[in-house]
Amino acid sequence: MLVLDWILIVIAGWLALGVAGIGALRNTAFVARVLFPAGAVLAVALAGFAVAGLLGTPETAVLALGLPDLPFHLRLDGLSAFFLLVIGAIAFGISIFAAGYFRHGEGTPPGLMCLEYHLFLASMALVVLADDAYAFMVMWETMALSSFFLVTANHRVPAIREAGFLYLLIAHIGALGILLCFGVLQANTGDYTFANMRAQSLSPLWASAAFLLATVGFGAKAGILPLHVWLPEAHPAAPSPVSALMSAVMLKTAIYGLLRVSFDLLGAQQWWWGVLLMAVGLATALYGVVFSAVQTDMKRLLAYSSIENIGLLFVGIGLGVLFNAYGMKALSALALTAALYHVLGHAFFKSLLFLATGSVLHATGERSLGKLGGLMRRMPWVAWLSLVGVLASSGLPPFSGFVSEWLLLQSFLFTTGLPDSFLNMLVPVLAAGIALVAALAGYTMVKFFGVIFLGQPREPKLADAHPASPLERAGLVWLGAGCVLLGLFPVQVIGLIDRVTRLLVGGGIADTVRANGWLLLSPSSIDRASYGPLVFLGVVSLAVLLTAVLVRKLYHGRLRRAPAWDCGFPAQTARMQDTAEGFGQPIRQIFEPFFRMRRELPSPFDAKPHYRVTIEDHFWHWLYLPVARLTSLIARGVGRLQQGRIAIYLLYSFVTLMVLLLVVKS
Amino acid sequence: MSIVGLFAQLLAIALALALAPLLTGWVNQWRAWLQGRRAPGLLQPYRVLHKLFNKESVVAEHATPIFRVAPYIMFGCMALACGIAPTLSTDLPLAPAADAIALVGLFALARVFISLAAMDIGTSFGTLGARREMLIGFLAEPALLMVLFSASLITQSTSLAMIVETLAHQPFAIYPSLAVAGVAFTMVSLAENARVPVDNPATHLELTMIHEALILEYSGRHLALVEWAASLKLFAYSCIGLALFVPWGVAEAGTPIAILFAIPMLVVKLAVGGVLLALIETINAKMRLFRVPEFLATAFLLAVIALLVHVLLGA
Repeated sequence: MLVLDWILIVIAGWLALGVAGIGALRNTAFVARVLFPAGAVLAVALAGFAVAGLLGTPETAVLALGLPDLPFHLRLDGLSAFFLLVIGAIAFGISIFAAGYFRHGEGTPPGLMCLEYHLFLASMALVVLADDAYAFMVMWETMALSSFFLVTANHRVPAIREAGFLYLLIAHIGALGILLCFGVLQANTGDYTFANMRAQSLSPLWASAAFLLATVGFGAKAGILPLHVWLPEAHPAAPSPVSALMSAVMLKTAIYGLLRVSFDLLGAQQWWWGVLLMAVGLATALYGVVFSAVQTDMKRLLAYSSIENIGLLFVGIGLGVLFNAYGMKALSALALTAALYHVLGHAFFKSLLFLATGSVLHATGERSLGKLGGLMRRMPWVAWLSLVGVLASSGLPPFSGFVSEWLLLQSFLFTTGLPDSFLNMLVPVLAAGIALVAALAGYTMVKFFGVIFLGQPREPKLADAHPASPLERAGLVWLGAGCVLLGLFPVQVIGLIDRVTRLLVGGGIADTVRANGWLLLSPSSIDRASYGPLVFLGVVSLAVLLTAVLVRKLYHGRLRRAPAWDCGFPAQTARMQDTAEGFGQPIRQIFEPFFRMRRELPSPFDAKPHYRVTIEDHFWHWLYLPVARLTSLIARGVGRLQQGRIAIYLLYSFVTLMVLLLVVKS
Repeated sequence: MSIVGLFAQLLAIALALALAPLLTGWVNQWRAWLQGRRAPGLLQPYRVLHKLFNKESVVAEHATPIFRVAPYIMFGCMALACGIAPTLSTDLPLAPAADAIALVGLFALARVFISLAAMDIGTSFGTLGARREMLIGFLAEPALLMVLFSASLITQSTSLAMIVETLAHQPFAIYPSLAVAGVAFTMVSLAENARVPVDNPATHLELTMIHEALILEYSGRHLALVEWAASLKLFAYSCIGLALFVPWGVAEAGTPIAILFAIPMLVVKLAVGGVLLALIETINAKMRLFRVPEFLATAFLLAVIALLVHVLLGA
């Protein structure tokens, strides 16, 4: 039996679970305790089959579904197997967490939720397996619709409905781009299989058109500038397991699509595509991280952080395209390895953090950072695992985020042999931008973790916060372990990623990396650059342990607990702690031009002083509102035709008929 | 991994641990002299450490383990940073484990933990300090990275040991990019080590302090470790600066004799560097906090310019 068949069985299993959810529409216990864990088992099986697929040879299948004469073509190759691995591994953690999370129905009945959730998973898996444009678009739309219903699970809240519609709108703008892109790629042959698209060689102009359409189409799904506005609305609106799935996995399907089109389906690449992707990516990353630093809602903060990470992925892919366009296979492979590593790393840490906010939300009923605090003592599991996610997300060694950052910076540093001096100048500037983004991500994550879990509880009700349930913890542990292992064993992971880069650019770095030993990660030679996470962790831990023991041996280990020093002002309360708002204030001041900010400051004589600040996105006012106004203007013009009286409609019909007759006659 | 290499590695770490407080004492002494004050003894930092280690630690009632672990992690990070900085020899077994980028990550890791520890107690000062520390960090970190990149582009390596070896081997030449990078590095070091004009290590005035606000809640052995780690950080920064911009005198051959000869060389270079640091601190005034981002942005831009100069001139 082929690996692909097993994968299809897993997908069919997910669909069956979804249908079973319909059968047990309001039976929360059954859905949570049986269906979601079963989905998790299928997910881990999928991850296993994906690894087998990654190591095996490409396989194809034709499913007699869909329209007559238009069956679904499926193909499992390195690229799709890698993304299936991401889907399976992350869905395992999220499904286990969800089994403990959906305790009572949140708007949508749990059974329906189960259907939408598993349909979402199945459609994502099929998107990466699709081998013709028809199957791809059907699955892509299924993915968008199932996630739309998941986002609007709590549809009684108007803000959530609005977020859902915005998401649906931009998803369809993107889908249009993708559809047109496939239209260009098939080059008038009328054959929409990917095999045919690979065989076509487009003129540079049409190839660029297809590439731009793909960038817009997949960019809308991924949340690149200026199509990012739905992301910070829709991701926080969804229940946390869904937010996690969307941020960690669904955004990656867009990355998959971009890689599939720009490396696999389009043949020769042009250098400026790479520059475009890098420029857009860097702008997105910077925009995302600056907005993320000033957020006061924990889920919005994470959503903006996802925008930042998608930007970084685009930069990595752009660099890969640039090198590939100049035939530098090895360097292109290095940049793509960095990007793919980040795909994996981001999937783990972002799902971990989103799920952690879910636990916090359930425990406290609060998602505003201004009202949280001190939860580490109440929810130690969630807090420590979030710490792992936060460190990985900040790109700190020895966690997963650092490996991809390190690889990306290395690939920038290797860039001195480009034939164009303009590009040689551009690359260091981009590297500086990446470094700035990475450092700002650290700022944001310290804020996120510090304000939620450290300090003193800012509200009295936080004292009753209950710890996460065992299943929630299990899901978080799996994702946290992923962050740690990806950070510690880069050489082994790169061995897997190598299959993908070989497929995409015909080169890989795994051989060099393996030749330098399993302990040290070194993309060319040890003299040139190397990083040994295990040694790193070992030395730091050894130093920590040795210091702790020696201090106790040579001196003492006495400790006294006392109230925190109040600076001589005994009337302090927990509300006087610095807030998330305050923590973001320096960023707001430094990056002021990024924001459209309104502030109400209290005057010194106010009896009830209040302070309010709203931060909006410039793009709303520059792009979206003008378009919306134009649309409603056109709609009003069209509305004038519709008078609502039957006589007038008859007149329209009559006039149309006359005109047609005239046309036919002449 | 040779025996000599292992020896050099252990010696480098031991020397850093032993000499770091001395360097702090030396800088303090010179600062006092330059400012016309009577200086504390050169060994004062050791006495302070000894005193603090003997005292009991007072920890806030609701402090989490992060508060107690952070000083150790900071100390461990700085010890590793001193271990990979090629101070005595370039044949260091630990050097391949962490290159220049990982070194920046190492400093960032220490910074994140100490900032989280400051937020842990939940007093206004701690969070204020954490916020300011992270503010400095997010600008200083990329600037430092860019400085190190300028050196790596010249030497085609991000390994600190290789950078020093290559730079020391080349005939004496002034690289314009390294000159610009040197200025940026000095600015970053001042900010990262909480020195005037960014922060004043001697202040306890709440509105101006950064580092002191961060560690306000620490006492006893925890404070001792934090202070020692801060000395180690200054030591590591000085060593990295010396290694990049004055690389001569580091033992490349890796023989025991050469390493022993490298020690007095290092001490002399550090002594001169310490005096220069005291001089900078004396002739500058402390800036307002919101001038600091401008200061660091200048450093960042200078570092980027250094990179561009390298690309343009090829040197």
